[in-house]
Amino acid sequence: MDRSLSSLPPPRRKAMLKKNMASRRTPQQEAGSSTEQTYVYKVVLLGTTAVGKSSLAFRYVKNDFRESMPTVGCSFFTQLVCLETTTMKLEIWDTAGQEKYQSVCHLYYRGANAALLVYDITQKATFARAKLWLRELEREFLHDEIVIVLVGNKTDLAAQREVPLEEAEEFAKSKSLIFMETSAKSNHRVTEVFMAVACELLKRERQKEPTHQPQPWKKSCVDLQEPSNPAKRCCRS
Amino acid sequence: RAMVFVLSEAGKPIYSRYGNEEALSSTMGVMMALVSFIQSGDNAIRSIYSDDRKLVFVQQGPLVLVSVSRTLQSEQQLRQELLYVYYQILSMLTQVSITRIFERKKNYDLRRLLAGSEKILDRLLNLVESDPGFLLGAVRCLPLPASQRDALGALLQKAITPNLVFSILVAQSQLVTAVQERAVIEECRLEPTDLHLLLNLIGASSAFQAGEIWTPICLPRFNPDGYFYAYISYLDAECTVCLVLLSTDKESFYAVSDCKKRVEEAMRTQGSLQVLSGGLQSPSYSVGQVGVPGYPGELPPAAPVHQRQLSSSPSPELEGPYCSEEEQQRLFDLYHYLHSRIHSTSRPLRLIYHVAEKETLLAWVTSKFELYTCFSPLVTKAGAINVLTKLLRWIKKEEDRLFIRYPPKYSTTPNPGKGTKGGRPDGAENGFFAGL
Repeated sequence: MDRSLSSLPPPRRKAMLKKNMASRRTPQQEAGSSTEQTYVYKVVLLGTTAVGKSSLAFRYVKNDFRESMPTVGCSFFTQLVCLETTTMKLEIWDTAGQEKYQSVCHLYYRGANAALLVYDITQKATFARAKLWLRELEREFLHDEIVIVLVGNKTDLAAQREVPLEEAEEFAKSKSLIFMETSAKSNHRVTEVFMAVACELLKRERQKEPTHQPQPWKKSCVDLQEPSNPAKRCCRS
Repeated sequence: RAMVFVLSEAGKPIYSRYGNEEALSSTMGVMMALVSFIQSGDNAIRSIYSDDRKLVFVQQGPLVLVSVSRTLQSEQQLRQELLYVYYQILSMLTQVSITRIFERKKNYDLRRLLAGSEKILDRLLNLVESDPGFLLGAVRCLPLPASQRDALGALLQKAITPNLVFSILVAQSQLVTAVQERAVIEECRLEPTDLHLLLNLIGASSAFQAGEIWTPICLPRFNPDGYFYAYISYLDAECTVCLVLLSTDKESFYAVSDCKKRVEEAMRTQGSLQVLSGGLQSPSYSVGQVGVPGYPGELPPAAPVHQRQLSSSPSPELEGPYCSEEEQQRLFDLYHYLHSRIHSTSRPLRLIYHVAEKETLLAWVTSKFELYTCFSPLVTKAGAINVLTKLLRWIKKEEDRLFIRYPPKYSTTPNPGKGTKGGRPDGAENGFFAGL
């Protein structure tokens, strides 16, 4: 199932990525006429079925929890985050974990700025699957192109834990991922996960700014107040 | 209710309506033995009748579907039920990919791909047994004044983007309006079956109603091998009104999502949501509304009406003795029986007057409609016919409100970049399972 993804030659992938981002940019230009800069980031949730991806998204966006049915395809949310003086719009793509959707998942994570690899701490196999997801992302993205967070969900079921905290921590460290354990059900550190993502994204944005590197798809926003230096933000192919 | 099994040709369990597939594997083995025994004689098993139950077999490609039932349903109806199950599986996986999977690996466990979808099939089977629309091949539509329905249709007609092919507005599983791409409607129309499957899918996974859904989906009656990309979003906080937009372009999420914003905006200015919630709160139509004077018994005529060319079926709120679920089910079983008599392959009927234990039923089929009614047990034949005439007259008068008569169309110019016909589903590129 992974082959369908890798069958696309990289140049084409990149071209499609740019096209995709370009189309997203348009509405933002209109909306972004406010005084502050708004960054738009695409965040995807990946992981096996029933690890709690949708529950995490739902807890974060609506601060609520319900027992849910498996997601169909992909579910899309947006959430505004204000950090210091910057407003960030997180576009959250909550993907279906079911195997039947896995070959279309690249549709959803293409062009992502951050990925949450979610596993269930009470199911060892889901952790292994999260590692596979990581490998897939590493194939698709350059290391500094995407923020990856490893999320161990369902800490409310800690009594049935199968994945030791240390093991996951160790693994995250070795791959330099952000790591957190959460519980969407008992609202444990869910917002923190997304805030950590936002902070990291902003940090990277700041680091990038002075270098004037043309990385057009990182910054999906045009600041109308500051029309100078268009080359920096223009999406040239 | 009917027990339904789905298994692969290799005898691997795929789905069972009740119980656990593993525990039933010996039963499935026996079924497969029956199927292949008959098959070895270059024949196909269709059904087995025992004292009190029927076993119906349907083979579709590498899948075998079996129904075991003790109800009044005819073999034909059970077969139809199994086909619905098959189509729902196709709607998630498509025919080509199923064929391809089993070509490569005969004993593949399809449950891997259907994991989490059992609830969708469970729900479908419950609906098939309780919604007259499935029996009649029609979709239930929300009664709404024609002017308001037209206004909503016009609104959907305006919110378009390239490669959009269907725009469907649904309120609590009842069709409000459906707009189609012009090029598509010439070749084929949106089949009620496909719409049923789509609505079931939405209903079964509605637990997460907060986000916007973007998913590949196959409409098997339209094209069993291709995917559409469905955008599904609720328009109100209570999650009653749902907008479904089908596109052939898998990259068009943002464009289609923008269409939804426009629909939402226009509906807000027109106050359409209030209109719809008004329509939902008032009962579909009550027997009292029909106003049949001199009606002999207390029992209401319950009438799933189906107008053939319109493919929509209103049915009144069930009243009186039919308030409880068991009674409704019993009545529906009777309708099933009438339907099977009318559509009997050996001896089809146009009119049937059936005196049952607790009620009298009358069903009538013409080239334009199918009408099923239920009367008090004391009704006379003349009395029943008299009521029927009045009912039909009332329906005729209310036709525009009860049925969707002329679904509006639009043409979304094909994406110039693509160059191909805009109205084709994503058939050429069945890459969904290409890598399996």
